Amino acid sequence: MTVVATTRRQAYPARPVRRLPRLLAGLAGGRPAGLNQHEHSYGPLPLPEAAWSGVEGAARRAATRLIDVVERSGLTGRGGAGFPAGRKLRSVAAGPGPAVVVANGSEGEPASRKDRLLLSRAPHLVMDGISLAAFAVGATEAYLVVHGDDARLVASLEAAAQAREVAGIDQVPIQVVGIEGRYVASEQTAIVQHLNGGPGLPTFAPPRTHDRGVAGRPTAVSNVETLAHLAMIARYGHTWFREAGTPSAPGTTLVTVSGAIARPGVYEIELGTPIGEVLMQAGGPAERPQAVLVGGYFGTWLPAEVAWPVSMSHPGLRSVGGAMGAGILVVLPESSCGLAETARVVRYLANESAGQCGPCIFGLPALADALADLAYYGGRGDAVDRIAGLIPLIEGRGACRHPDGATQLAASALAAFSHDARWHDAEGPCYGVRQPPLMPVPGDVEYW
Amino acid sequence: MSTFLHGPFLWYATRAAGLVTLVLLTAAMVLGILNAGRFASRRWPRFLVQGLHRNLSLLALLFLALHVGTTVIDMYTSIGLPDAIVPFLSSYRRWWLGLGALASDLMITLAVTSLLRQRIGHRLWRLVHWAGYLCWPVAIAHGLGMGTDHSARWVLALTFACIGAVLVSVGYRAVQAIPARRLAR
Amino acid sequence: MSERLRVNPITCTAHGMCAELLPEFITLDPWGYPIVPDEPVPDELIGLARKAAAACPTLALVVGKRRRP
Repeated sequence: MTVVATTRRQAYPARPVRRLPRLLAGLAGGRPAGLNQHEHSYGPLPLPEAAWSGVEGAARRAATRLIDVVERSGLTGRGGAGFPAGRKLRSVAAGPGPAVVVANGSEGEPASRKDRLLLSRAPHLVMDGISLAAFAVGATEAYLVVHGDDARLVASLEAAAQAREVAGIDQVPIQVVGIEGRYVASEQTAIVQHLNGGPGLPTFAPPRTHDRGVAGRPTAVSNVETLAHLAMIARYGHTWFREAGTPSAPGTTLVTVSGAIARPGVYEIELGTPIGEVLMQAGGPAERPQAVLVGGYFGTWLPAEVAWPVSMSHPGLRSVGGAMGAGILVVLPESSCGLAETARVVRYLANESAGQCGPCIFGLPALADALADLAYYGGRGDAVDRIAGLIPLIEGRGACRHPDGATQLAASALAAFSHDARWHDAEGPCYGVRQPPLMPVPGDVEYW
Repeated sequence: MSTFLHGPFLWYATRAAGLVTLVLLTAAMVLGILNAGRFASRRWPRFLVQGLHRNLSLLALLFLALHVGTTVIDMYTSIGLPDAIVPFLSSYRRWWLGLGALASDLMITLAVTSLLRQRIGHRLWRLVHWAGYLCWPVAIAHGLGMGTDHSARWVLALTFACIGAVLVSVGYRAVQAIPARRLAR
Repeated sequence: MSERLRVNPITCTAHGMCAELLPEFITLDPWGYPIVPDEPVPDELIGLARKAAAACPTLALVVGKRRRP
């Protein structure tokens, strides 16, 4: 019910009255908010006194209370899977021996920018979350994982971690770790394998990371945005958290809006906001919209008129056969070709395969070929059938969900653009394929 | 009894068992190499190649036991059981006999690890199984060096046939392009 | 006594031994990799299923009580 007590005799800034913004409230100009600025905006790290007292029983009880608060808040993972955060903390805390906390800020999705924003502007909010999660599960190690090639970001995060160590804020020092920029390297088991000294490639469960992860210990891997929300919940409580959003999808979330939109960027919205309203917040479509891709490269295409009233939340999107993913919205205008965009993305996903499982190694390129045939060459009448035949051969047969994301995207494209697909299959490419590509694909290749 | 233990019967028996072991070992080797090369045809499905490889190896072990057993109880030579297990222990034709002991140690190791394959896991099993490529030439060398049957043309011809069979299999295996992982990095 | 078959897709290198030994349950996709249904193995096939798991050249096929995770 109540907020956990602070260690410093310092008042918090009053509870935010407006429901938005929350995470994005303390964002300074273009620079990362330093420790002082962070504490000025949000108050100090609300680690319970019992954490420092050295009395084991009291600390454990305070940790359990924190987990209770998180569970009551209904916070779910913001990395895409939407797993209840409280439940994850509880199961890791229940594991034998000291645990490990890993904050996943690697954001492999090219169409997502929210984690990068949080880490580059409000690193201490994320780090507060890491610290609190570490306390909650009884962790003795904490890692913040980001893409290693972004040297500036890594340096600024290391500086922030250093500042915290100097100030003696965290019980567990936060180690910043850079990983490869590959798409599959951001996957949970790949990160754990990397931290264990192995290659940054997904592994085949069992064991699950929350049972045995880094160094064989129970490991909680969470998205950085989830941890930022955790940092707020620990300050203001679960009732406050639930003041935004809906009963089945409480709180706020960050979404990245791109494509044919007036003001592309990262926005903080209440969960349950209709997609149309979110798009209007981002300035509205730049052209007449044809469809919206929800959830990113592992997401679902929805025709614009279907998407418009759908609530941006896990239950809302499931009701139309979609999934929220990591809060990504890409607007496809009438002038572009959804099949061409899909073909490009699936080609990218095929190239990004970890190369460990046959159905992915062979299936994804075959799927990409069939989609490219449909989008760019067409006219033979068999491309749709080929795609439909390949999907069940690929889905669910890899060690990770990478191939499933591609099949999900392809299947939703066939459904949302079914009319176009039939036309392409019979006649050939439409004019839309000549449009400049909408969705960013690193190392893009021209297809004509 | 004394004739049995001192006479030529055991000597013939040990040579015969040794040759049979060599032939069986060669057959097992060839099948093993073919299996690694993913050989299959309509008459020879994969499970047959693999199953026959396994069974012939076990049969080879049986004849190995006969070969070693008849040698050890033969009173004519001073070869004892330890000499059959520890390579290069015996003073009787140290090197050639030692190679035989080495080959049989390897055979037993290969067999035991294969029987326990599901327990020790694929990686460890595979590491040990590479020793097969050592075991067979050592056995051939033992046969050629120990053989008092050089003069018998057919024994030499049999040995060369075994060598030929394995060389052909290795050649087949070397040119077999196992579909490499397309994206293995 | 209901068991399920699982294949570790990373360890599997498409030898196809399992489909030879258990064609009633396992089929191969166009690239030679096994399609293993997530249903319990019929009782009369359990012996063969165990044989298939023992015969797998990379020990990728496993018989177990748990579902595919």
